[in-house]
Amino acid sequence: MSRAHPRPIAGGAGGATEAAHLATLPRDATAMGPLARLLEDERVLGFLLLVPTVVLLGLFIAYPFVKGVWLSLTSATVGNPGEFLGLSNYVKIWNDSIFQRAAYNTFVYTAIATVGKLTLGMWLAILLNRHFRGKRLVRASMLLPFIVPTVLSTFAWKWMFDPTFSVLNWSLYHFGFIQTRIGWLTDPVMALGSVILVNIWRGMPFYAITLLAGLQTVNPELHEAAALDGATAWQRFWRITWPLLLPVTMVVTLFSVIQTFADFQLVYVLTGGGPANATHLFATYAYQIGINTGLLGEGAAVSLAMFPILFIIVVIQLWYIRRVEGA
Amino acid sequence: MAGRAGSGAGMVEGALWRKWVFFYVPLTFFVVGTLFPFYWMLVTAFRPDGELYRPWRAVNNTPFWTTQPTVEHVLYLFTQTMFATWLWNTMFIAIVSTMISLFCGLLAGYALARLRFPLAGGLGTGIFVTYLVPPTLLFIPLADIIRDFRLGDTPWSLILTYPTFLIPFCTWLMMGYFKTIPKELEECARIDGASRLRAMVQIIFPIATPGILSAGIFAFTLSWNEFIYALVFLSSPQQKTVPVGVVSELIRGDVFFWGPLMAGALLGSIPVALIYSFFVEHYVAGLTGAVKG
Repeated sequence: MSRAHPRPIAGGAGGATEAAHLATLPRDATAMGPLARLLEDERVLGFLLLVPTVVLLGLFIAYPFVKGVWLSLTSATVGNPGEFLGLSNYVKIWNDSIFQRAAYNTFVYTAIATVGKLTLGMWLAILLNRHFRGKRLVRASMLLPFIVPTVLSTFAWKWMFDPTFSVLNWSLYHFGFIQTRIGWLTDPVMALGSVILVNIWRGMPFYAITLLAGLQTVNPELHEAAALDGATAWQRFWRITWPLLLPVTMVVTLFSVIQTFADFQLVYVLTGGGPANATHLFATYAYQIGINTGLLGEGAAVSLAMFPILFIIVVIQLWYIRRVEGA
Repeated sequence: MAGRAGSGAGMVEGALWRKWVFFYVPLTFFVVGTLFPFYWMLVTAFRPDGELYRPWRAVNNTPFWTTQPTVEHVLYLFTQTMFATWLWNTMFIAIVSTMISLFCGLLAGYALARLRFPLAGGLGTGIFVTYLVPPTLLFIPLADIIRDFRLGDTPWSLILTYPTFLIPFCTWLMMGYFKTIPKELEECARIDGASRLRAMVQIIFPIATPGILSAGIFAFTLSWNEFIYALVFLSSPQQKTVPVGVVSELIRGDVFFWGPLMAGALLGSIPVALIYSFFVEHYVAGLTGAVKG
């Protein structure tokens, strides 16, 4: 019986002596089953604990990645494995004007949205770091755009941008700012701007709340001392707050750049890539080709075109985290 | 703070207007800007159709609210669409994939934080890198794989793929949490005769409950909000999740049913918003832990 139930013995009254034996000389079969003994080995246990994770990530990340690379080299369509084409899918998209536009849009979108989110997020974090009535409620509600399903809140924006019934146009007109309506999503340049605006709205709270957590670790006495020495609020921000927050800012920004660069939902809901393909990003164009049109090979090539940039960002992030941890 | 009148008085004195310009006005700006879309969702959801579709220049006495609230859009959702089913699907998928991810992340996080074994460094970096892989990079080959595995159009296509972005996050968060728990706790337990496995499950995991809760809440909201996998893998209306159902079933061709759309957006947001409001602190801990590790 003791072989079948080794653990109650180990944990029971004689536990301490059992452990002492274990440490010196595993009194094997009588005290512990072979499996239990194996699990005491750090190397075995460590490996076993990682098995579920490695299996799932291998099956649904590593394997799709390899398969994606393979697909992008073939003429595969839905239900048809296609044939090997080499790099011709990549050559084809490289010369595709819509792809070029999507690549350009993705960079513009990522750059402007990131600067916007960082600036506004930092500003909001500094405001929220002060004491005021209803602070907890305000802080909690500021995260709502980040919590609520993006697709659903984006529909609210789409409705606010509606060409005929836009509440934004209504307000601007009745307050006397505009005479003709703004085509928020119908004018090509404006549409990209509107999409960026919604991205900033959605992502800014993430910056604000994580930066706020960083701000709360900054010792207020530093600010008081600098203020006594005559430093202005602006100087105190650049000389004290910014350098101390830099590590958090870096990680948050890199993280958010990846998400923004690979964004899909906002554009899918707001414009679907239009008007006239003016707002396509890598991901929405890949969806249009790979899923709507069914050209799996070409679609895979479009989404894998994001890979080099993402790879560079990930390498920077890993390097930065190592450096901060090492310091 | 208040006691330090010396330095404080100089800043407060005669600076009430500054406080308005540099604090209250911008803060109000942020609050209104952040919350207005939700307010507009709410108003639209209860506004009768006759009031909704009024051109932008038309005279409107109550543009920002309605004097005749109606529940017709909500009723439409529950009687004419499968909204209740979508809610249930989303809930089921989010809960099961969160459980799977917590299980995997807890074990992996413990192993990486506490145990020394070959490849630990490589596997840790590997998991971190998958954390940064956006779903939009792999959805096309993944759709093909889901078809091969015959999981297409079933909840399992999402239950098994959501952990790909939840596990790395849970692992990362739990790793950080375990590192804050003193090693001596396990060592004591092991001297008292507990096996490694037992020390982990019975001593360390209970202490890590706040971390587990944070990871769980965060993972739940992430899977509730996921869109592209659900859009690609699910096709029949009775299998859809709320975000996909709202996008695909409430728009007929080019016609948007804004009343039901906004009612659906509102009702689809309430469950996550509620869970969030109960666990704000845990959620924020998860969020900040997610980037700091």
